[in-house]
Amino acid sequence: MSTNAIAIENLRSAGRPWTETLHEWVTTVDHKRLGILYIAYALFFLVVAGVEAMIIRIQLMHAHNDFVSPQVFNRMFTMHGTTMIFFVAMPVLFGFANYLVPLMIGARDMAFPRLNAFSFWLTALGGLLLYFSFVGGNGLYGAGNAPDVGWWAYAPLGAKAFSPGHSSDFWTVALLVSGFGSVGTAINIIATVLCARCPGMHLGRMPLLVWLNLVMSGMVLIVVTPLTAAQLMLLVDRYLGGHFFDTQAGGSATLWMHFFWIFGHPEVYVLILPSFAFVSEIVPVFSRKPIFGYPVMVGATVFIGFVSMSVWAHHMFTIGMNSYANSFFTITSMCVGIPTGIKIFNWLGTMWGGRIQFKTAMLFCIGFLFQFLIAGLTGIMLASSPFDWQLSLSYFVVAHFHYVIVGGILFALFAAFYYWYPKFTGRMLSERLGKLHFWLFTIGFHVTFDVMHIPGILGMPRRIYTYEPRPGWEILNLIVTLGAVIQAVAILIFVWNLLSSYWKGAVAGNDPWDAWTLEWSVSSPPPAYNFATVPVVASRRPLWDQKHPEDPDSRYE
Amino acid sequence: MSALTIPITQPPRPWVLPDRGKVAMASLIIAESAIFTIFVVAYLFYVGKSLAGPTPSQVLETPVFYTICLLSSSLTVHLAGTFLKRGRQGAFLSLWLLTFVLGSLFLFGTAQEWHRLIYEKGLTISTNLFGTTYYSLVGLHAFHVTAGLVMLLVVLVFGLAGRVQRDQSGRVEVLSMYWHFVDAVWVVVFTVVYVLGR
Repeated sequence: MSTNAIAIENLRSAGRPWTETLHEWVTTVDHKRLGILYIAYALFFLVVAGVEAMIIRIQLMHAHNDFVSPQVFNRMFTMHGTTMIFFVAMPVLFGFANYLVPLMIGARDMAFPRLNAFSFWLTALGGLLLYFSFVGGNGLYGAGNAPDVGWWAYAPLGAKAFSPGHSSDFWTVALLVSGFGSVGTAINIIATVLCARCPGMHLGRMPLLVWLNLVMSGMVLIVVTPLTAAQLMLLVDRYLGGHFFDTQAGGSATLWMHFFWIFGHPEVYVLILPSFAFVSEIVPVFSRKPIFGYPVMVGATVFIGFVSMSVWAHHMFTIGMNSYANSFFTITSMCVGIPTGIKIFNWLGTMWGGRIQFKTAMLFCIGFLFQFLIAGLTGIMLASSPFDWQLSLSYFVVAHFHYVIVGGILFALFAAFYYWYPKFTGRMLSERLGKLHFWLFTIGFHVTFDVMHIPGILGMPRRIYTYEPRPGWEILNLIVTLGAVIQAVAILIFVWNLLSSYWKGAVAGNDPWDAWTLEWSVSSPPPAYNFATVPVVASRRPLWDQKHPEDPDSRYE
Repeated sequence: MSALTIPITQPPRPWVLPDRGKVAMASLIIAESAIFTIFVVAYLFYVGKSLAGPTPSQVLETPVFYTICLLSSSLTVHLAGTFLKRGRQGAFLSLWLLTFVLGSLFLFGTAQEWHRLIYEKGLTISTNLFGTTYYSLVGLHAFHVTAGLVMLLVVLVFGLAGRVQRDQSGRVEVLSMYWHFVDAVWVVVFTVVYVLGR
């Protein structure tokens, strides 16, 4: 039935001029198309920011290297961090949420389709603004182009006196604009989840992915907005002669740090929650068991949401806070280990005794579990303030947060790509290339980021453009760079897999994984209207109920 | 294909979900509150830390009348919504107009105060920390009042054209949530700037 509909659509699109297709994509308000736009946009910036990372690594390959100048090096790490957080991680996760949340709760579209399109284009233009700084950042001063003040732009470095020209302004405005886009999408996700569920989809029956995105969106509301406020203050300082962060007039540089990290730390949880969401959907399907401890998973998620709001100053142990503040932020930061530990045990509990299928998506989930645990352990180390005094601002910290973001978030994202690509395109990704991608990337990841801890312990500070040839530093940095090259090759294989499978992949059908959530009940890709008739659900696994009418879940819940 | 036939083991109950407009406005209010919180924290943090004058106690006058205007507009907008729900167009329109006038009066009051501070007292946004934090916080609130007034005006114009009926009372209620929020923020700003900050 639906395959006919797809065939007719393809026939129609074959004869149309490409401008019409382009017009359709630019003006679309369909949540599935916007989701794909988000993801494509993020993948583009993933490659851009990846190239920046490679430039950083080549420069640090050996001591006294002069591959790039110190000024360019500063721009590269600033743009790499800013791009990866705001224009890769956020959009790609919003893209998946956009695509999957309405399908999983049996809705026709997001609650506000036009707000959805508006938010996407705000984010997209934010990214363009940031990169326009390479052209327009010079201003009248001839003072450097791209932003070079680090992704947190500590005061007074962001002030007009120390950052002349317009590079910091592009940074500020880009983050402001994309921040508005993020808040718009967060509002949309909350309204969709609360107001567009199909009959029977109680809050307690929603797939965990929907729950985690709901909590993530709630966090975005109160997490991204402090950054918006801080950026407005910075604009007042830079353009109206204000004194918020002007130490010469009694202003405080520390206040900027607080405001930035009130955003900056919970932001990490905003990124990790959707990654948890992917793992929570994929692990049960490939373990052939329902998720272990559903209510506890929801509770742990909400707990993470709350506790993550009170840990921000663990980024600031070295500025000299009093002992009460140090103790408070040490204890709260360690508390984060409780709900995340619960989650890891629940995923293990889901796999325990299951018939595990080692598809590429599952491999990435297992990699995620292992690496996220290690990242959490170094996190506990850094949460202890005396330890942090020793290692803050060293490569140990860089290794720790890349372990979270690459080893955790990116691995979960790759799993999501392998799992949902058939739903998005109607074609399977190649398992052969997928396995190659997984093993190459995992090896490259460990070569880079396991080793990177050591120069940190040896005392190598972050954000230096070169270093003296101290014992061990050169060989360690060379190994780190080699690992980065292996990762880059793996990413190229992934991109090739995405492209070639679109035309040559095996046809997926509606439900290639024998999964249980509603998105697999419709054709791949789903029709524009999603569901011909509004589904009615009676349990957490509606497709299980459909496939096993003799033993439905609804009997036990 | 997408028609799901899933066994329903319990009797179907009426399926009622919250209104998406109200949920979205509540979310927006939460987000806006976080922005205002940061500005309020900055204001309180910098109270008495200016290196040069003028200080709040020297130049600020408590805007009692205009505060009463803004706070009472919360009541009028609520009553207007109630009348619309009952289908009483005339009462709705006149109370809506009154809300708009009260809001505009408040904005006029802010403008007057700023004019006095800038031209008589010589306090600008770049004078000292007090100027920076004061104009930012009060200005951010005034911006939200202005945005609210624009939306009130749009509804007023549609109402005068006879296009705001009982059917639209849900949407009008969403707008009035925003207006209540703007008023509530003023209570905080007033307390911080004119009571605690002096």
